[in-house]
Parts: sequence; structure tokens; C-alpha cells
Amino acid sequence: MSETHDHDHDHHGDAEAEADCQAAIAALYTFLDGHLTDDKRSSIQQHLDLCSPCLEAFEFESELRFVVAHRCKEEVPESLRQKVADVLGDLAPSDFDGAQP
Amino acid sequence: MPLMGSLYAAALRMTRNAADAEDLVQETYLRAYRGFGGFEQGTNLKAWLFRILTNAFINTYRAKKRRPDETELDEGEDLYLFRRLGGLEAAAAGRSAEDELMDLFSEAEVKDAVESLPETFRMVVLLADVEGFQYKEIAEILDIPIGTVMSRLHRGRKALQKQLYEFASRRNLLGGDGDAQPEMAESRP
Repeated sequence: MSETHDHDHDHHGDAEAEADCQAAIAALYTFLDGHLTDDKRSSIQQHLDLCSPCLEAFEFESELRFVVAHRCKEEVPESLRQKVADVLGDLAPSDFDGAQP
Repeated sequence: MPLMGSLYAAALRMTRNAADAEDLVQETYLRAYRGFGGFEQGTNLKAWLFRILTNAFINTYRAKKRRPDETELDEGEDLYLFRRLGGLEAAAAGRSAEDELMDLFSEAEVKDAVESLPETFRMVVLLADVEGFQYKEIAEILDIPIGTVMSRLHRGRKALQKQLYEFASRRNLLGGDGDAQPEMAESRP
């Protein structure tokens, strides 16, 4: 359940490396959201510099987020712009009169 | 009219219906206009408008409904999509992973996936991942503790990934490496 990924860490013992990966994945969202403390953030960043599978996972999540945001954009219908302008115009006739030539 | 694009997009995901979304946006500007005296100059206008939008949505469209059940969420595990699609990036040389993902998930699918989330989760995912609000802003907009924002966001994102994967599998876009069973995509209703 808490398994991360299989890869070699020449610089660490396997158990320690596995724990680092798990810590990184657990902090993934808070890291990408920019809500980690400086200490925690730099320790995750250090891990990502050494661990390309984790780095890939982080990049994937960040790209996915971009795609979700991009895909959810909407064009505002002209009719809605007009309706809102009309409603607010009725409430504030003086402001809008002032804008008339 | 500032920020109408963001408000309308969020209203559509919340109400899942264009007519209701238009009414909701109109209502939001009305309330904002009437309450503008309560807006503190120099504070975040976008967050203020989203708080009004969210309250208008909850008052108007959720009046009849029971409190949503937070346990009804179909979550995947951590890195759900990455574990299943991560290889795609390497496979397509010269193309960015963003382009790959953009091709893989149509606009309609991403919108459907977001809209499929139970309301409590949908709201935080929308505010964080589509609108880019910080945890603290979301906590203020929805009037919930930051810890709740974080846990809903975490679970909501995992559920979103699972839903996206189901859409992609259903369209059989993931069986390109030869060993997956090529099912026909004709079962789409």
C-alpha cells in the first residue's frame, strides 16, 4: 500500500532510500502547492535532485495539474456579459449615465 | 467586469448546467455589488468574489440536499495516474508530457471528471487546481479549517485521477503497447 517505486540508490542503503521516496511522495502535493516549510522543502528538493523516478512523478503531477486547469477554461457567453451589465446598470443608473456620450 | 471567466467556469463545474451557472454568476455580481462596502480595499478581490459565489451556490443550489457524505469517494492510491501513464512520456520522443496528457484527455473528459467529484471535494479541487488559490484562501472562501482543505484536496485529487483513468481506459487509448486487450470503443453511449 505504501510501496513507492523500484530503483537503485547507489548512495544509500535500500531501506533508507525507500523511506526517502515515501517521504517525498507523501509531501508531493504540499510541495507542489508551495506550502512546505523551507527546511522540509529543501530536503525534498535534495531528494528529487538524486532520485529521478521521484522527480518524474513530481513533474507528472505538476503537468497534470496544468492540463486540468487548462481544460477547465470557459468562454463567457456574450449574453451573460450583457445580462450582468444590464442588472448592474439598473442598480447604478448614475454611474452608467455618466459613461454615455 | 473583472474575473467573469473564472467565476463562470467555476459556476459551471459547481452547477453542472449552463443556465444555472449563468444565474449563479449574475447572482454573484449582484451580491458583490450590494456588499461591496464590506470589501476591504487592498485585500484579495478574486477570493472575495469566490466566497460570494460559493455562498450563493450553497444557499441556492444545495438548499434541498442533505449534507454531502464525505465517505462516498472513489479514490485511487498515491500517484495513481503516474503509475499507469508515466511511461507515455518516454515513449513519445520530442513531445512534452503536457502535450501527451493534453491529447489523452479531452476537454469534455476533464470537465466530466471534475464534475463527477462529490461536491465537497469538487469545490477544493476547483479552487486549488483550476483557480490557483492557496490553502488559506480556500479555507476562508469555504469557511473550513486549513487541515480540512488539505485532506479534501488530497483525496479529491486522487479521486480525480482515478476518474480520468477510467475515461481514458474506456476509450481504449491506453492499450497501445501491444499486450493490452484491444476492446472496441463502440460501447460508448
